[in-house]
Amino acid sequence: MEKINIIGAGLAGLTAAITLAKGGRHCRLISLQPSERAQSVLAEGGINAALDVMGEGDSTEYHFEDTMRGGVYLADETAVRRLTDAAPDTVKWLASLGVPFNMADGHIVQRNFGGQKKKRTAYAKSSTGKMLMTALIDETRKYEAAGLVERYPHHEFVTAVTEGGECTGAVVRDRYSGSTVLFGGRVIMCCGGLAGLFPSMTTGTTQNSGYAAARLFEQGVRFSNAEMLQYHPTTIGIPDKRCLVTEAARGEGGRLYIERGGEKWYFMEEKYPELKNLMPRDVVSREMYFVRREKDCGDTVFLDMTGLSQEIWQKRLPDLRAEIMHYLSIDPAKQPVPVHEGIHYFMGGIHTDAFHRTNIAGLYAAGECTSQYHGANRLGGNSMLGAVFGGKTAAEDILAAAEMTAADETAYSGSETVREPTDAVKRQLGSLLYEGLGIVRSEQGIDKALKKLDELEASEGVFPRMLLGRAMLLSARERRESRGAHYREDFPEKNDALRAPTFAVYRNGRTEIKIGD
Amino acid sequence: MMTFELDILRQKSAQDVPYRQSFMFETDDENAAVSTALTALNARSVLTDKNGEKALPISWECSCLQKKCGACAMVINGVPGLACDSKLSGLGRVITVEPLRKFPVIADLTVDRRAMFDALREMSVWAENAVAPSERTQDISYEASGCLQCGCCLEVCPNFYAGGSFAGMAGGVPLSRLIEQLSGEERRAVMKEYRRRVYEGCGKSLACRKICPAGLDIEKLMVNSNGAAAWKSLFRRKR
Repeated sequence: MEKINIIGAGLAGLTAAITLAKGGRHCRLISLQPSERAQSVLAEGGINAALDVMGEGDSTEYHFEDTMRGGVYLADETAVRRLTDAAPDTVKWLASLGVPFNMADGHIVQRNFGGQKKKRTAYAKSSTGKMLMTALIDETRKYEAAGLVERYPHHEFVTAVTEGGECTGAVVRDRYSGSTVLFGGRVIMCCGGLAGLFPSMTTGTTQNSGYAAARLFEQGVRFSNAEMLQYHPTTIGIPDKRCLVTEAARGEGGRLYIERGGEKWYFMEEKYPELKNLMPRDVVSREMYFVRREKDCGDTVFLDMTGLSQEIWQKRLPDLRAEIMHYLSIDPAKQPVPVHEGIHYFMGGIHTDAFHRTNIAGLYAAGECTSQYHGANRLGGNSMLGAVFGGKTAAEDILAAAEMTAADETAYSGSETVREPTDAVKRQLGSLLYEGLGIVRSEQGIDKALKKLDELEASEGVFPRMLLGRAMLLSARERRESRGAHYREDFPEKNDALRAPTFAVYRNGRTEIKIGD
Repeated sequence: MMTFELDILRQKSAQDVPYRQSFMFETDDENAAVSTALTALNARSVLTDKNGEKALPISWECSCLQKKCGACAMVINGVPGLACDSKLSGLGRVITVEPLRKFPVIADLTVDRRAMFDALREMSVWAENAVAPSERTQDISYEASGCLQCGCCLEVCPNFYAGGSFAGMAGGVPLSRLIEQLSGEERRAVMKEYRRRVYEGCGKSLACRKICPAGLDIEKLMVNSNGAAAWKSLFRRKR
């Protein structure tokens, strides 16, 4: 009997496990730590679906259009169509598991989020991710008790196993005992974004090392849009990482301003009169970067939430206020909060088709580690949707296919281990990637970063994370235009000849980069 | 610049003998927490203790560093809490750091909290059928869904021990969501589990009341669940 190996137990991994188990199939849910520690619990704002309950005439077609436009037409159209069509049922399913979405008059309430013209984001106060995770963890437990889902909650991914171009298993190491085993069966990667390549610089979890993705890249798994990093406009610095101030703060009325000549300049409202502070994240982050460089302007952008009502703070953003008070000793209800752009999400990643298959048969990927839904920029509220729908879709594809004849569990006799450099080298790599892949990029800057990477590899050796980092830089160099999160000051315009994903693949010791198939 | 001494209870593995080792840590960051110190110590190219002796990296678990995942629960100055939520500036110059004592040690500050997750499975903490979304149940469900499964409430509890029948509030809080949301036979089954594995074992010391790092109102949830699962059914039986 084949057991499917799911690497990662956040939203995508749990949904994949539930879907497989419902279909009567066995799986292993393999994660560094229990699901309660997954990055998904940090997601705050909400999940998008055209439920059309706010009296604005929303539709799945509008959701599709906003997602494609937000991603500046790099997302996989077929995949986005399936995602947005399924979104209302996805949210209803989550509600049926007991997610306490905010409700009024007997229906789920939806709020405004960036880049969308309709109130489409369902939410549970300001801890939507945690609420989704709790409901999905409980649902998964049902199948654990039935013996269909086996938990491996302190286990790390070492390598995928391939035979004749097909993925037949994964090697996994128990971090408590140190023993390494080979689990046979197909593999679904739900291992999160590439935050681990940027230590201390992102809003993500510190348990994400980026290693699983980097190792797969080394093994020949095709990536796409690796240059597309989302800088969230409103983050605050806390020890060892960046802390997100949810986009819901602006959805509920928060305003961005900078001091100019002694006056508050609400630059987003002036420059973008329609969506104002709720332009897509790439636009807001870039504007913040630019206004700080303008004459007469201060060097800090503030998020002004002093106009929000008591009711909004209590009912819709209670955790946010406490969090800001804890870290900055500022009461955001009374005083504007200094904010800065920070790396928040990776639109790019493992390339899959609309059914979450990678270029290697038997290997699937879902959640933030994949690239198909968000193109050049992800809309707020679409990440949790993509993770839940992605996990389900990958599992359904497996359910529809014949079982693989695979060894169950064997002692691993190979020599592959997790190959990582020291923390200091990881930080050096993170810094050079950050320099090359900033909010504003240029060929010169990218080449400088590549040169530093050459030097780092020469002195420290080549590690999987360096291969993937190089692919990110080369992808950014290859895209000689500005699109979504990728802004090139040497090519500031969009070029529609380049309206296709950037593919990166490592083959025969070389990284190949190509725009379009 | 502030200087702190972290006096850590260490243990190389479950089979080894525990020992104490102190480390010096300097920072000028008012927000630096115990997690900041542990991260910085482990990032040193060569870790040395207070006496300049070479030391092994300190084993501990962390993930979100912003009080939302429960990974870094440990005992700090004798009180369980999250390392990322424990600002150094409020802890004195010498700070003792120990693993949670209710769970078996894997190494240093890393403990195996599987007993907590096993209890949830044994108590069938899930909804068998679809839950009907309702405004009425929203607040309690939200509060009860916020449990981090960190184990701090179990650490202070005089009645809990790992593997025992009493699941503590790390079991009681998740059950509270189901008691609130479910109905009919399914709800009765969940309330039975609550009575058996939470209510009957709880000595009502309320030691857990103020310890929750997620700030959950454990007392409110307990009152709500006790009311539904113990008192109301008791009165019904008498009638």
